[in-house]
Amino acid sequence: MIAVAARRLLALGPVLLGLTAIVFLMMALIPGDPATAILGAYATPENVARLNAELGLDRPLAEQYLLWLGNLAQGDLGRSVSLNRPVAAEVFGRLGATAILAGSALLLCALFGLAAGTVSAVRQFGWTDRIVTLAVLVGLSTPAFWLGLLLIALFAVQLKWLPASGMYAIYGGGGVADLAAHLLLPAVTLALVATGVVARLTRAAMLEVLRQDYIRTARAKGLREVRVIWRHAFRAAIVAVIPVIATQAGFVLGGAVYVETVFQWPGLGRMLVEAIAARDILLVQGGVLVLAGGYVLVNLAADLLQAALDPRIAR
Amino acid sequence: MTQRPTIRGPAIRGPKTAGRPGTFQLLLGNRLAAGGLAVLALVALAALLAPVLPLANPAATALADRLLPPGSPGHLLGTDQLGRDLLSRLLWGTRLSLAVALAATLVAGFLGSLTGLLAGYLGGAADGVLMRLTDLVMAFPYILLALGIVAVLGPGLFNALLAIAAVNVPFFARTVRGVTLGLARRDFVAAARLAGAGPATRLAAEILPNVAPTIAIAMSTTFGWMILETAGLSFLGLGAQPPLADLGAMLGEGRKVVFTAPHVCIVPGLMIFVIVMAINLAGDGVRDALDPRLRSGAAARPEAATRVHRPQMPDPPAPDGDDGLQVQGLRTEFRLGGRILPAVAGVDLALRPGERLGLVGESGSGKSVTAHSLLRLVPSPPGRITGGRVLLDGRDLLGLGLGALQALRGSRIAIVFQDPMGSLHPLHRIGDQLAEAIRAHQPLGRRAARARAAALLAQVRLPGAAGRLDAWPHELSGGMRQRVAIAMALANTPRVLVADEATTALDVTVQAQILALLRDRAGAGGAALLFISHDLALVGGLCDRIAVLYAGRIVESGPAAALLRAPAHPYTAGLLDCLPQRDRPGGAAAPIPGLPPAPDTLPPGCAFAPRCPRRQPACEQGPVALHAAGADRQVRCLFPLPGEAPT
Repeated sequence: MIAVAARRLLALGPVLLGLTAIVFLMMALIPGDPATAILGAYATPENVARLNAELGLDRPLAEQYLLWLGNLAQGDLGRSVSLNRPVAAEVFGRLGATAILAGSALLLCALFGLAAGTVSAVRQFGWTDRIVTLAVLVGLSTPAFWLGLLLIALFAVQLKWLPASGMYAIYGGGGVADLAAHLLLPAVTLALVATGVVARLTRAAMLEVLRQDYIRTARAKGLREVRVIWRHAFRAAIVAVIPVIATQAGFVLGGAVYVETVFQWPGLGRMLVEAIAARDILLVQGGVLVLAGGYVLVNLAADLLQAALDPRIAR
Repeated sequence: MTQRPTIRGPAIRGPKTAGRPGTFQLLLGNRLAAGGLAVLALVALAALLAPVLPLANPAATALADRLLPPGSPGHLLGTDQLGRDLLSRLLWGTRLSLAVALAATLVAGFLGSLTGLLAGYLGGAADGVLMRLTDLVMAFPYILLALGIVAVLGPGLFNALLAIAAVNVPFFARTVRGVTLGLARRDFVAAARLAGAGPATRLAAEILPNVAPTIAIAMSTTFGWMILETAGLSFLGLGAQPPLADLGAMLGEGRKVVFTAPHVCIVPGLMIFVIVMAINLAGDGVRDALDPRLRSGAAARPEAATRVHRPQMPDPPAPDGDDGLQVQGLRTEFRLGGRILPAVAGVDLALRPGERLGLVGESGSGKSVTAHSLLRLVPSPPGRITGGRVLLDGRDLLGLGLGALQALRGSRIAIVFQDPMGSLHPLHRIGDQLAEAIRAHQPLGRRAARARAAALLAQVRLPGAAGRLDAWPHELSGGMRQRVAIAMALANTPRVLVADEATTALDVTVQAQILALLRDRAGAGGAALLFISHDLALVGGLCDRIAVLYAGRIVESGPAAALLRAPAHPYTAGLLDCLPQRDRPGGAAAPIPGLPPAPDTLPPGCAFAPRCPRRQPACEQGPVALHAAGADRQVRCLFPLPGEAPT
């Protein structure tokens, strides 16, 4: 187990390095002159030259990358032009909000996806299975941002059960209950598509496992069906589904951009949209880098969890 | 079928055995798919016809008519906050969304397929570099990648199109590369090279036509995502810019009035949903239609116990004593596609306490199905038991409810399966699996069950038994696993132990050890043993009695020694001739010509007649009954062999 963890951690290095390279290149390859883009078309040539020197844009690309990487290692992501504050401070200040939202959505999609997929497989071709299958298709076909708006219109505007936006109430807010009330709608919205994908693949994995010889053995032992399904079949199926859930973290972190915009959630996703609109390249760079890094870490955690659950991997 | 059937009967294992969804299910799937296609065609038609339909100008504002609800005169779907007609904007927006998604799909499909084709065809370093790059990009959440690209290029519909196309290139590259890699090594491509075709010609003429279906399927599955992604970017204000509006941009504008006029965002969102749902339904339908496993029902999962449906119950049992196991007229069939395969067609067996009975037959003779039917472990669907009784100490197992059956499984009647690799759960320690078997039927605590498990492992002579409780199955050899499986079967000292080809998958030396173990342990606990094998010699050395199965019926039974010395049925004699014998002149084994018949195409008379050297016209007239042939022996043959050993 420890050997597996060490191997995975070692493999993490190149992936993270590649990630920084992509993010850096993306921004470095902006057509035209970034300084002009930042300062606007009417900037004086002196100001453009000074900003270019300040950003290190007058040096070769490789040198720029190393320089940028060095700064990154010291936690320096540059300075946001639109907000006039360090990118790192802004990004890490908003990271918590996105982590709460994305984490809850991931948890929801894992719980409901696994449950729905398992029930669907056990009742294959029954009515439960048909309903779940149809619900999964509906979930996969619904644009998350639209669903968010519908939920606001229904639960916040019509029924007035839940707040429409934000993370805490402006007056007298704070506390876990307030957070939960604000979290519910955006988390459900964000989890929807991922739940569909997880349910679909759980169903397939369960159907595959239920045909295995060791399930027949479990039944031959005289075990009750509940135990056969959960302790034997589900236990084997979840090992196959864990990587899928980790992949959904990508959808969830990306989808956070839409959902945070709809629900005015003060996280990285909304920051990214505002930064893109303001053409604040360094802020975009910082936000994308941190979100992508989070995705890599979730996948690492999934790898380790899978190795912990499957002794055949942890040899 | 024009020629003699050569299909083997249904085996128990493997995906080929499962059941089949009802016709209704397939019909429903197809109907949904057809519905999806129809809706898609309708939407596409409406979008195409938008310029010629009598619609209002989608950009014409009329502040007096702001936020009219749907159904208003002149505005079927109402108006938005600038008084623009929503129906007109919807159709024009759909037109734009479809066009952008289509363009993005084509661009991504072209570039990705080209990359994949080259990588797969060239192989080597080029392939390595291209695929590493693809991996790297795919390690990135792709919505973020698209956002990054838009951030670089600046907001705008064309840039959004490029971004969405770009992030989907790796998907196509990887898919197409996989298929190409397989094709590039195939004979017909090598033949084209020998025939002097250049690389470009080979790629275009030989490989592309074979990859094209894959590309088409990948494109159709991506199209729905493209719609959603374009809409997303436009919704955020990064795609279509005013006054141009696709469905996403309409949603984005509707968001501003969601509190007062929700219909403005409901309408375009519903259109996105309908389009994507239609694409998904159609795509699933096509995929299902292409997946032969689903058609044959191979994807079905077996239920907790084999279904029993006995239209005609046999006469009440006339048991010769209530003890032991009695099988009377057992019938088990499989329903695959439109075919009904009667794998077991009326089998009678009697097993007295402590007795060892060997059940012998070729692959497909129905011996494993018989064994699994006793515990109702035949996968259902597609299998079901259609007749007979299985009496264990006087109780009919086929008539029990699931709870009562589970109480007997593993306690009064236990089974050891053929494949020791697959029959233990790979993710549970063997001590836990044993303890679970014990505690399912005995009121023992964890610790007591563990001690009993250790004792069982010692009884089956597992090397280093006590230390193996915490071992994983993959840490044991095949023979060791089979010992664990036997320990598990003996955990509750069953009255009957069924061994279904329990030694077939093992080495010859291990086989002998396991046989000795089965004989000892079954004997020690007083269990009767039903030993199933294709190997007549093996059975002869182990069992008191032998029953020979052919095409789902017993063709001969009797005491082991007598039956082997002087087989009465030509099939038994044929099986004996198959054995390599040292004392036979020439020493060569003589296999029986031909193959066993498929269970659904049995001849009207004796099932063995087509392969029988002693066949007479009478054999093919009608069913042959099992009749007494000497002391304690039965044979299903009109012209049995004389009671002498074959030479």
